[in-house]
Amino acid sequence: MEALIILNWVLDALLGVSLFGLAWLALASSDIFKAIVLFISFGLLMALAWVRLNAPDIALAEAAIGAGLTGALLLAAYARLEDIDVDAVDGENVQAHIQHDSNEGSE
Amino acid sequence: MSYVYLYALLGVGLFVLGLNALIIHPHMLRKILAVNVMSTGVFLVLVALSSRNEEVLPDPVPHAMVITGIVVSVSATALALILMLKVNRATGKNELPDRGRD
Amino acid sequence: MERNPWLLPLLLMLCVGLGYAVLSMPEPVEGLPEILVDNMELAGVSNPVTAVLLNFRGYDTLLEMGVLLVALLGMWSLGGMPDYHESSPGLVLDIMSRQLVPVLILVAGYLLWVGADAPGGAFQAGSLLGAAGVLLLLCGWRIGNRCSGLPLRILLVLGLGMFVMAGTGLLLIGGGLLQYPPSVANELILMIEAAATLSIGATLAAMFLGCRPGGTDK
Repeated sequence: MEALIILNWVLDALLGVSLFGLAWLALASSDIFKAIVLFISFGLLMALAWVRLNAPDIALAEAAIGAGLTGALLLAAYARLEDIDVDAVDGENVQAHIQHDSNEGSE
Repeated sequence: MSYVYLYALLGVGLFVLGLNALIIHPHMLRKILAVNVMSTGVFLVLVALSSRNEEVLPDPVPHAMVITGIVVSVSATALALILMLKVNRATGKNELPDRGRD
Repeated sequence: MERNPWLLPLLLMLCVGLGYAVLSMPEPVEGLPEILVDNMELAGVSNPVTAVLLNFRGYDTLLEMGVLLVALLGMWSLGGMPDYHESSPGLVLDIMSRQLVPVLILVAGYLLWVGADAPGGAFQAGSLLGAAGVLLLLCGWRIGNRCSGLPLRILLVLGLGMFVMAGTGLLLIGGGLLQYPPSVANELILMIEAAATLSIGATLAAMFLGCRPGGTDK
């Protein structure tokens, strides 16, 4: 059936264009939080791409691990990154914080 | 040319896009994001090239390799994030020290 | 940091070269998938991906469990990060986690069981358990001090340990390393997958926490 073949191609083309566009936006955006959220949605669309490639196991693994857990890890790390920068306001406080944290981490 | 080659070319494009972002951006978190996009591109190429023959079922060995690869990439990302936080704690900056200049 | 003007043309050349290489790969000869289909009844399961992951290429999966463990050990040996700021979860997170965590555990068990015939398996189920662990950690639940020493370590090592024990047990009995006799292959795969699921879930949740549970403070 011609219509079905054309529809398949349209679906694949749309998926490919949106995946590439999401990756571009995620890597080129100025705000890191926006980049991480776009990366999570990129992972979710990638699960659809795996289904199109007849790989449902990979789709399950990508949606759970690739999008979900990697996104959670990135957001947690970004929150801790901002935490450190907010704390280090002036010069001597930076030294005090680094000393305090290295004492904490070494025991 | 069947539709799997579209996904293979998309995988190549994602790999090069990630490589570009890895080289350009100095911020460490962006580098980790770029490496993840690169590995996703490589997985796409692997799986797309495994289902070229449309009459039979796809080859399950690259599927197993990609599942293994996804788990390994999430553990490497976790370790890289902890290293990034440690570097941030030690130097106070978000970017790796640039040795080539000044 | 100014951009090198050579970067973009070189990357474009790389892209074109890789694209040409990918498009011009030779057509697959009859090789691996036919051998796989013929040997599927020796595998004990009927999902080809599970058969390849747990039986035919079981050694790769063993090494992958090792990679997970080593990444977690690396994170713990670097000292990890101090714990989050204590804050009680908001209303939406509270209610949602109460609803979702039992459902996640149930679906993980289902995916583990159905992985023998349909898409599923140990990694998918383990990642769902890890997601349940992440939800609980976000709500402020921390593992008690009684369970954070030896029982947690046993849970983390269980997947790799079960794999290695199965492999060496089979080695001692008579075949090669990780060569399952076809009569017990199904039960052996299920046992290894169950241990691997628990281990993967605990490892992923511990990776999210970052620090040693019950470590320096409290």
